[in-house]
Amino acid sequence: MTPRSQNTSSLPIAKSPTGIAGLDQILEGGFPKGRPTLVCGGAGCGKTVLAMEFLINGATRHGEPGVFVAFEESDKEIVVNAASIDFGLSSLIKHKKILIDHIQIPRGVQEAGDYDLEGLFIRIEQLIDEVGAKRIVFDTIETLFSSFPNAGIIRGELKRLFDWLKEKKMTAVVTAETGDGKLTRYGVDEYVADCVIMLDHRVENQNSIRRLRVVKYRGSSHGTNEYPFLIGDKGILVLPLSSLRLDHKAPTRKVSTGIPRLDSMLSGRGFYRGTSILVSGGAGTGKSSLAAHFVQSACRHGERALYIGSEQSADEIIRNMRSIGVDLERWTKRGLLRIHCARPGTYGLEKHLVSLHDLTVTFDPSIVVVDPITNFASAGNHQEVKSMVTRLIDFFKSRQITAMFTSLTEGDSSPELTVIGISSQMDAWLLLRNLESNGERNRGLYILKARGLAHSNQIREFVLTDFGAQLLDVYVGPSGVLTGSARIAQAAQERAEAAERETQFRRKTEQLREKKRQLEAQIARLRKEFELESQQLSVDLKNMRSREQQLDRDRIDMSRARQADHSIERGRPNGTHALLNA
Amino acid sequence: MRSKKTVSEAKSAECWDLRLYIAGQTSKSLLALRNLKEICEERLGNRYRLKVIDLRKRPKLARGDQILAVPTLVRNLPAPLKRIIGTMSDKERVLVGLDILPAGTK
Repeated sequence: MTPRSQNTSSLPIAKSPTGIAGLDQILEGGFPKGRPTLVCGGAGCGKTVLAMEFLINGATRHGEPGVFVAFEESDKEIVVNAASIDFGLSSLIKHKKILIDHIQIPRGVQEAGDYDLEGLFIRIEQLIDEVGAKRIVFDTIETLFSSFPNAGIIRGELKRLFDWLKEKKMTAVVTAETGDGKLTRYGVDEYVADCVIMLDHRVENQNSIRRLRVVKYRGSSHGTNEYPFLIGDKGILVLPLSSLRLDHKAPTRKVSTGIPRLDSMLSGRGFYRGTSILVSGGAGTGKSSLAAHFVQSACRHGERALYIGSEQSADEIIRNMRSIGVDLERWTKRGLLRIHCARPGTYGLEKHLVSLHDLTVTFDPSIVVVDPITNFASAGNHQEVKSMVTRLIDFFKSRQITAMFTSLTEGDSSPELTVIGISSQMDAWLLLRNLESNGERNRGLYILKARGLAHSNQIREFVLTDFGAQLLDVYVGPSGVLTGSARIAQAAQERAEAAERETQFRRKTEQLREKKRQLEAQIARLRKEFELESQQLSVDLKNMRSREQQLDRDRIDMSRARQADHSIERGRPNGTHALLNA
Repeated sequence: MRSKKTVSEAKSAECWDLRLYIAGQTSKSLLALRNLKEICEERLGNRYRLKVIDLRKRPKLARGDQILAVPTLVRNLPAPLKRIIGTMSDKERVLVGLDILPAGTK
């Protein structure tokens, strides 16, 4: 939590936005409106640039014309110097939005009595009226002290000047040089007391380091830290160490990693948008290849991607990725991919930050890859690099950019120890590892963490083929994890075993069927026998019956022939029956 | 053949062109005017031209003539240009500044 001063007044004061990236955030709005602000610092620390940018932004963005009162450089010099930054000053002057006036300080002035600076006041009033200015800059006002020997009078007049400007509701910026351990050489800070900003410029380790601090801001709370800032092509860029409020919205949409299996390991469609991802691993573990897939996937979906490299040239990257089936050139041609490469050692960290910032703002990508971030460690000490990475992460988050950082872990050191110690700030962390066994090296991928996603904790083998990267299951055998040819061998063996079992099964099934067939054949045969027998039996029975019948008939015939008694006709005593019948 | 004249003689031969810049009729400006007139009458006789320029009435001259402090006295002629600021109350300083007296002499 960054320390903040407290606002003790109940009414918020009106503020005049500076338009300088990051500064308004620290000032919670801008400079106090209608009041003077003091910007002090050593020579060359950027006071004039800051003041000029304040004026220009007022004219271009807020409809407030401005006057630049220069005591040191001539107007022409100012325009020329300002042209090194893309301000569009000449055009503003032409359209009477900005007026630059160089006040020649007379030298060797003889004093003979009491005087005041009313001539200056009149001149300033003329300038203000000429363009209808609402903002005014005095650079460097303490020059008046070097010209007019009576410091007492000058001090009094300056105080009168600022009161007068307040009356006219002018938002003024006054620059002054720090001197002799004091904020200002002549003590101007005592009465330009509404808001005081101090700039500092140091050279450490051959790097130029600029810092800004809000010393005082009456009536408003503000960030109280020292904030690094840069002067780039587009002006000043102040980088608050962390987003002062940590109020990023949490995105819910996802972005694919470019490797489908990896997406599913992340419980769905990939990473959350706007998150930061760390891919760490030793040399040759495939970090850049993974990043290339990520980039390719984004471009395929029509999104813009920015690839920041610090080891190879753009051409080398394209060529290398082609060997694994990733065609990056197609996307660079279409303007969806931009590859920017620079060795970090060339410039200081600050300059890198400027260029990254400017690139991001101009190109407006939704995906950024920094490959690798560990190279920047050579450009500063650990603390600085860590703070730079923090700022980068925040910057990308504030623009809802999904950022992937690759990190090289050296040699045998435990992969969990990243050189910079930034893993805690990352939302997701993929670890690529070399797995050595049986005289070969294969790559393994772990998901160490993925905030907000239920992710797999299983290691997968990361294989780079001619047609892209793939994630395969590893075999965990009694000797450990098997990858590469050992995995292939294991897979072949298991396939053979499976085939063997299959054959066995089929054989058994066949046997069973055979048995069934036999059984059925047997049954059929028995049935047939039975049928035959029963047939035979019924025939016999029939024969027997017919024989019986025949016997009966024979008997009757015989008895008839013998004219036998009725009694033969079954004992009927009635004889008439027979006579009648004869 | 031109004889060498002394400085003061040379100066008395020319006509001095003086300008006094003021910002309105304030006590300072009136005082400066009075003091200046006194010095000029005394030292330059009538060989001077004094013009009073009120910056309140002609504000553009503040920038044009580079006037910051008021009152400011500018000696246009004789060349070179000289400037003195203040109410002209310090007579010696005025004389030194106008080069009527060399610096350091009484």
